[in-house]
Amino acid sequence: MLSQIFAVTAVNIRSIRARPGSSSVAVVGIAGVVLVFVAVLSIAEGVAATMKASGDPMTVMILRAGSDTEMTSGFGGDSVRIIQDAPGIARDGSGAPLVSPELFVVVDHPLKRSGSPANVPLRGVSPEAFKVHDKLKIVEGRNLEFGRNEIIAGRAAARQFVDLTVGRTLQWGQSTWTLVGIFDDGGAVSESELWCDVKVLQPAYRRGNSYQSVYAKLGAPDSFQQLKDALTANPQLTVTAMRAEEYYGSQTQTLQMIVRTIGGIIAVLMGVGAIFGAVITMYTAVASRTREIATLRALGFGNFPVVVSVLVEACLLALVGGLVGSLIAWLAFDGFETATMNFQSFSQIAFKFAVTPALMGQALFYALVMGLIGGALPAIRAARLPVVTALREL
Amino acid sequence: MKYLPIVWRNLLRRKFRTAFTMGAIFFAFLLFGVLMAIRSAFAMGVDMAGQGRLMVIDKVSIINPLPASYENQIKTIEGVTDTTHANWFGGYYQDVKNQFPTFAVDAESWLRIYSKEFELPEDQKKAFFADRTGAIVGSGTAKKFGWKVGDRVPVQGTIYRRPDGGPWEFTIDGIYDSKIKGADKTNLIFHYAFLRETIPERSGMRDRYNWYVFTVADPDKAPEVAAKIDGLFANSPSETKTNTEKAFVADWAKQVGDIGKIMVGIVAMAMFTILLVAGNTMAQAIRERTNELAVLKTLGFSDGLILGMVLLESALIAIVGGGLGLALSYTFITFSGDPTGGLLPAFYFPTPAVVTGMALVLVLGLAAGFLPAWQASRLRIVDALRRN
Repeated sequence: MLSQIFAVTAVNIRSIRARPGSSSVAVVGIAGVVLVFVAVLSIAEGVAATMKASGDPMTVMILRAGSDTEMTSGFGGDSVRIIQDAPGIARDGSGAPLVSPELFVVVDHPLKRSGSPANVPLRGVSPEAFKVHDKLKIVEGRNLEFGRNEIIAGRAAARQFVDLTVGRTLQWGQSTWTLVGIFDDGGAVSESELWCDVKVLQPAYRRGNSYQSVYAKLGAPDSFQQLKDALTANPQLTVTAMRAEEYYGSQTQTLQMIVRTIGGIIAVLMGVGAIFGAVITMYTAVASRTREIATLRALGFGNFPVVVSVLVEACLLALVGGLVGSLIAWLAFDGFETATMNFQSFSQIAFKFAVTPALMGQALFYALVMGLIGGALPAIRAARLPVVTALREL
Repeated sequence: MKYLPIVWRNLLRRKFRTAFTMGAIFFAFLLFGVLMAIRSAFAMGVDMAGQGRLMVIDKVSIINPLPASYENQIKTIEGVTDTTHANWFGGYYQDVKNQFPTFAVDAESWLRIYSKEFELPEDQKKAFFADRTGAIVGSGTAKKFGWKVGDRVPVQGTIYRRPDGGPWEFTIDGIYDSKIKGADKTNLIFHYAFLRETIPERSGMRDRYNWYVFTVADPDKAPEVAAKIDGLFANSPSETKTNTEKAFVADWAKQVGDIGKIMVGIVAMAMFTILLVAGNTMAQAIRERTNELAVLKTLGFSDGLILGMVLLESALIAIVGGGLGLALSYTFITFSGDPTGGLLPAFYFPTPAVVTGMALVLVLGLAAGFLPAWQASRLRIVDALRRN
């Protein structure tokens, strides 16, 4: 039995070369579907990776109670002073709390890819910000000088928007800014932003002494609850505290939901369509060999080895298709950077398509399933046809 | 017509293959429907944007509101026929996850300018105008939360806060609908005056609007009117950017950017792949009958007749599979609408795209049948008979 299986399968596989037409149709069909599957899901993976890079576990984000984004949050400078004295916050060598009050606005600036205006996030920070966001480093030019109309741009922002090069002067409304440096923040969302001195930004946006968010560094990994309780229990404050991880996880919910819902619908429809495609291709491949298979059976090969051999062939073709498809997806899309609208913060967020090994594995599995289902029906048919009839078939 | 039985028998000779080919084509055209819907969803309703409507926002950023005094100045510009204004409120019901587009507007002018987008009975309109705490909500949002006309609903805002921290209590005075395909039926509008009460005077945010909308008598003159308005407010603390609603929507869609385009690109590729496979099988089904076609020729069937019969056969497969696919995706997408629950209101299957789909179905049927039939008709009968 086993030797029969091996023999028939070997014949089948070796004869694939003799049927380049139908075999390549099967490979191309499955490769196409896998490519699409991987490409769509790599968008979601990429967005998730950016968010993950942003959520430092030791950083806590404080917003006005009831706000779900920095954009809609806001409190006065007095609240910031109260937060600074809250327990559980790390302190630097001189005993100053590692707390960074920030102002988050968006400005209208043209995108490189379309030339059309888009919302760039502009974040006003204080000197403490660089102690709290400690992964951030300047990769070109220099850091901004506080008290001046200077701006530093994230790497992704510099790539997505026009004129964001060191030394450029930018004019928004009646304020003029000079871009003095480009920064890297380990692939975090902040790389899509522009940063400036919050004290310069406040009057330019008529914000008085108000802020939208406070980032704080935890003294110890388990002091989050202590800090949160202290802040929510304080009657002078109406704020909510959450881990940066949690905040950034929630920030792209809308985007992820769109990509995953649409991606899901596409993947299912395409998958079923591709199974139909695989069935007819394998069917054609088997049908054109009906006589050959009947000859084998006339020679004494059993039904089971014939079924197995057709299945193995189908799976092999599917695997090749899956490999080709995910490889093309990886070559074409992995690391491809683009920006989109983050609906929650109302501004542009840049991310890279991420074709992860897990995703490729998933795609191969998917291809294999398509091959199995696609091969099963023609295989059974080939085995069930009466030998005499089959021998007469064309 | 008398040859239909032959075509029919040919289709049935390999029922399994015919059925699966139709199935593959069916799914390819289901995908086509999704593809068209994604395309229109990511265009963010640019086709629906009003022709003669223009918008004015702050030049630096839409988040900076413009002074209320601008409205009268805009009205004085020649060619401007009507104006209204809106503030983005960021409303949610019970949980911050239940957000829906909420605007504080000037009720009468808003419903005048957006009469097609916000269709509601006259008596509901009247009730809304007379009710300080009234609101009009879209049928989509009303259905989602089970709101009825007359209900009092608490709505929290993410941007504005009441001094007491509590939610705004609105009375649903009307539920709007729209005959425009893909119209956004998730909005809630309420009186700006009601919002204004809660904005402290010292905040400097009172009597400031996020954007103005105005209509012009002659859409062709829109660029000139826009330039005049921007000129009027140049060098003021709140400079403006005026453009047609269409241009704003298009810019907004571009901000969402490549994602839509990439999705459309890859779905198109998938559809094409499946069609390629199906077309190849259909061609194969005819190619393997070459010697039969030769027999028909021997019997006296003309080349044209054979070509016609073969084309009819492949066209039938394409039409049944593709037609069903188109019909199902059209019905399904039209009835179920946006799969994301309000995030992509313009997710719909545009009617002109159905025509494109039908043309594709025909092209597929004809192209798949033509090549093998043409090859067969060119063969000499003797050679064709010998082919196996």
